Amino acid sequence: MRRYRGRTFGLELLMIGVALVVGFPLYVLVNLAVRAPSDTSSPIRPTTSPTLDNFTQAWQQGALGGALLNSVVVTAVSVVIVLAVSSFAAYPLARATARWSRGLFLLIMLGLVLPFQLAALPLYQTMRDLGLLGTPWALILFYSGLQVPFTTFLYVGFLRALPRDFEDAALIDGCTPTQGFRYVVFPMLKPITVTALVLNAVSVWNDFFTPLLYLSGSAQQTMPVAIAGFVGQYVTDWNLVFAALVISIVPILAVYFALQRSIINGFAGGLKG
Amino acid sequence: MTMIDQRPDRAGVAPARRRVTPPGGRLHTTPPWWFAAPAMVLFAFVVLLPSARGVYYAFTDWDGLNPVYSLVGLDNFTAMVRDPDAVQAIWHTLLIAVAITIIQNGLGLVLALGVNSTIKSRNVLRVFLFAPAVVTPIVTAYLWRNLLGPDGAVNSLLGAVGLASWQQDWLGDPGLALWSIVGVIVWQFAGYSMVIFLAGLQSVPKEIYEAADIDGAGPVRRFWSVIRPLLAPAFTINLMLSIIGGIKLFDQVYALTGGGPGHATDTLSTLIYKDAFTLGEFGYSIALAVVLTIIVAIASTGQYVVLSRNERAAS
Repeated sequence: MRRYRGRTFGLELLMIGVALVVGFPLYVLVNLAVRAPSDTSSPIRPTTSPTLDNFTQAWQQGALGGALLNSVVVTAVSVVIVLAVSSFAAYPLARATARWSRGLFLLIMLGLVLPFQLAALPLYQTMRDLGLLGTPWALILFYSGLQVPFTTFLYVGFLRALPRDFEDAALIDGCTPTQGFRYVVFPMLKPITVTALVLNAVSVWNDFFTPLLYLSGSAQQTMPVAIAGFVGQYVTDWNLVFAALVISIVPILAVYFALQRSIINGFAGGLKG
Repeated sequence: MTMIDQRPDRAGVAPARRRVTPPGGRLHTTPPWWFAAPAMVLFAFVVLLPSARGVYYAFTDWDGLNPVYSLVGLDNFTAMVRDPDAVQAIWHTLLIAVAITIIQNGLGLVLALGVNSTIKSRNVLRVFLFAPAVVTPIVTAYLWRNLLGPDGAVNSLLGAVGLASWQQDWLGDPGLALWSIVGVIVWQFAGYSMVIFLAGLQSVPKEIYEAADIDGAGPVRRFWSVIRPLLAPAFTINLMLSIIGGIKLFDQVYALTGGGPGHATDTLSTLIYKDAFTLGEFGYSIALAVVLTIIVAIASTGQYVVLSRNERAAS
């Protein structure tokens, strides 16, 4: 129907132009990260004698390895917990029509509206009383609860559109409800699980406010807080800072480009959820 | 669901817990309520109870440490009205949210239409333009803090293409800093809006485009009368995400300007953080968080009502 014409070519050039504008900051980022501090030429001029010194220095001085590990652990554990408890909760919430079920669902939906800034300060006090401040456990606990409303919302929407015949058959065949969920329902939830996994992992990994509150002053940092601390310390040495920024971006972009189809579909999947 | 209640042997028989499939009927068993218990416990512990306590603290003079504090009624809220920093922060929060919502989604829609064409680079562009959206906001904000500096790459680029007169102190000029922050967020998340719109566009059946072509609709008419109504769900999601994200904005302001110069870019979230952790005014800070909650609640319910009416009108 629609062929490649002169106008299409014009659009192609225009879109590539937009992409260049969007990519410009990333070019400068890499360009300055491989530049020696003694080189003071314009930031947009390609670096003539690139070096990797900034990277080794940033890696060692910023303790970025430990931060990376913390981020991986916190993200993985929180996301697994959130997906498990939310899908489990969504099952009766989507199926039961009793009053308690609607009440609980509305209560959880309330959590979509409450900004975490409201809970963050009183919870800070609780975490302190429990001795969790400064440990990754505070973050894992926090995300495991914070992400419940959104994740449950996704699962309930998906479950309501799913026919009940399979689970009914499983129950008639003698499955307990738990087995029915584990072996029949949960596998059918895979598409929405991928969406929930992607959205939760990105928001937990990128969160800055919570670890800034709950981990401040401790040696256990996640990547965003470690980067903020690093910038505060080396703010005059931007080449070093840029190397640290590159180090923090590379793992994310590597995962993104490797799994881009699932990730983009995951983000767009909220549309159908 | 009503089938279970209509079991013929209900009356007179002891309420046996045996599952009996009525002849020709279907059995629906409801999963037990306790499946929801682990999620509810976590949610209550992390969100519900602290939020409720937060609302209570908003009416106290608690400093966050001292176990002794007293109820002060509406003092925190009346102090807020008289505090020019707080009034300004509320205004900045609303301004940023509205600006991001309009610009990011406008741009995202244009990009989506561009990528949804027959251009050869469409798949590469889609992946590339979305990439900034997955990168940690605090990291991109620090990157931009350098780029937007007086000797940064943006000014260098303007100089190199002969637009030296456009050079600015993007983050140091109080009248400009807020817009620079908006620009950084749009740069990062326009691709996000694009992906949502694109999913909407791709769900439009090809026949509809063909029918519009045959009926002689030009590109503008085709977009406005045919595509736009079908994008209603994508609009709902995008507007919700960007307005709520804009209202809660913290990371980018913290990294780019720290709320400065002066208080020129403070938002409710940065002020909440500063009042609680540098000034020790927990009660006042939480009162600000209550105001933030009210704004989010009004914005999301208002938007939900308007947009779902549009969605219904479109379908």
